[in-house]
Formats: sequence, C-alpha cells, structure tokens
Amino acid sequence: MKFLKKFFNNFKKIFRKKKQLKLGLYGPPNGGKTTLANKICQDWLGEDMGSASAIAHETRSVTEKEKIIIKKDGKELDFNLVDTPGIATKIDYEDFIKKGMKKEEAKKRAKEATKGVIESIRWLDEMDCVIVVLDATEDPYSQVNITIIGNLQARDIPVLLVANKVDLKKANMKKIKSAFPQYDIVGISAKYGKQMDTFYDALFKLVR
Amino acid sequence: MALTLQFIPYSEIAEMGSARRVKKLIDAVKQNKIVLLEGRLRKEEEKDLIQITMEEIDNKFKGIELAVINPEIPGEGFFTKLKLGLVNVLMKDRTGLTIIGPATIVKEIKQNPNKIELLMNNTTTKSKRTSRRKKR
Repeated sequence: MKFLKKFFNNFKKIFRKKKQLKLGLYGPPNGGKTTLANKICQDWLGEDMGSASAIAHETRSVTEKEKIIIKKDGKELDFNLVDTPGIATKIDYEDFIKKGMKKEEAKKRAKEATKGVIESIRWLDEMDCVIVVLDATEDPYSQVNITIIGNLQARDIPVLLVANKVDLKKANMKKIKSAFPQYDIVGISAKYGKQMDTFYDALFKLVR
Repeated sequence: MALTLQFIPYSEIAEMGSARRVKKLIDAVKQNKIVLLEGRLRKEEEKDLIQITMEEIDNKFKGIELAVINPEIPGEGFFTKLKLGLVNVLMKDRTGLTIIGPATIVKEIKQNPNKIELLMNNTTTKSKRTSRRKKR
C-alpha cells in the first residue's frame, strides 16, 4: 500500500515537473517566511512578494510567485515560490489586541489566521520541495515543527531546514541542530541577506 | 480552578479510524481537560488534529498545546538505536506519550529530550515533569 502511494506520488510529480516546480515556504508564524520570500524575489525578480510584520499571522493566505529563475555557477533553477501562512495550534484574538489592534480587527485577523493554517496544510500535497523556516531565537522542540517535518517526510517531499534570524543575539544554531540532527541546517538572516549564498547552494542541492 | 488530567490508554483508540481518534481527543480538550494519550498519533493524524483544531476555534476555544514524547535517543550507540527501532516496530504507535491541553489552560509545553514543562495560564504555578529515558 505504502509502495503504491509512493509510486503514484512520484508519478504525479513527474507530470507536475513538466509544468513548474513548486517550492513551498513552511513553518511556524513569525519565523520569517515572507521576509525570506521577499529576499528571494528581490534577488531574482527585483520585487517583493508580500508584506511582513512583527505581529504574527501577517500572511493569512497562500501566495504564489511564478517563474523565479535562480542562476548560480552556470546552473539554473526555475520554480514557482509558494509562501504559506504560519502553522500554529492556537490562535487567540486577544493576542492581537495586546499588540494594539481593535477588538473587531483582532477577531477578523484571528478568523482569517485559522483559515490560513488550514489552507497551508491543504497545500502540502501540492509541493515538490519545501523550505521549513525556523526562528533561530525560538525553542525548536515545538510539536508544530516536528509535525510539519514528519508530514513532509511521510510524503517523500525533499526538505531544507533554514534557521532564520541568526543576526540576533538570542539565536541558537546549536540547539536547532541538536533538535534535527538528521538534517543539514542553513543559518541565515533573510532581513539582512546574510548567508544567502549558502542558502542558494543548499537550494540547488535540494532540488537536484 | 480544578485541573483535570484525562489518561487515554492506547487500547481505547487502537480500533478507531483516524477521524474518530482526532475527534475523541478534541472533544476531551474542549471540556478543558489535559489529555495524556498513551502512545502517539500517526503523522497524518497530527496534521488532522491541527487542521480540525483550527476549524473549531471560536471565542471560547482558542486552540491546543501539543507535545509528543518519543523514546528516541539521537546520537546514542548503534545497539541502543537497534533495540529502540525493534521496540518501535513491535509496539508501533504505542510507544511514547502525547500531551494535549486547551490553550486557555496550558500556555506552553516546553520540550527537550529529557524534560517536559507545562506552563499554565492565569497562574504562576509551573508544573514540571521529568520523563526519564529508559536506559537499555
């Protein structure tokens, strides 16, 4: 049964690859997925993809940027970039009120955020490769991280783990590496464009 | 406020389909209970649990806090890993412990390989529980 599932998944991917490779950005809220998406789009298209904010759940629906072409060392990588809302297990509108929002606005944001999480999860099956963006300053032993990575593994979707915000003092790469010892983890600062060369090298390796 | 912990032995969900398992857990959590499930859900079921939680969120139910403790010891010796691998094959999803609490009560579950901490909402109490690895 598992073999058949794997076979059909690979079969599906062969045909999808003929269209366009879908590269998804997944992770918990506020990890920097949209900041990274913007950095990639700025580097290769000269434009932003979406708006990033310090308040969680700024991205509340899946957005796709088509036809990004990365060129490096004579190689070329052509894909559609999919930015997804952060996956969370809880959403409380009162958290948004604490950040200065009015009650109605906060409730609306919370409602949209729950729909965003559902949408993110539904899009998992559409992805050919996924970058999981973790916040290097946060505790990596979160069940959301483990569940996302476990589901990608179960679907045989290649995964690249990125620890973002390494420019911050609180960033702890060692802890992230010890939480996911089976993965190579690239530490970056999407905001300041640090280690982006290493990131693009890892991306070529992932898609190869 | 009294805190209720509900222990669910794996045998209680073993024969259930995925949808019923997830519903049983969410129903218990929505009654403001902290669920201690013997074993763990399948990866697909964990994903469904998050998805259904999101569908259920309203003004009263704010979501869940979730943690799974696995008897996995990364970096240990080959024979220890082999033994644990064998236990996992035989016991399947019965190994480990899953903790699910309502977000209104459990603020955060902090997890690292040796220790699990439940940080509670509206109280300064910090309940600590240590799960010792079985040395084999």
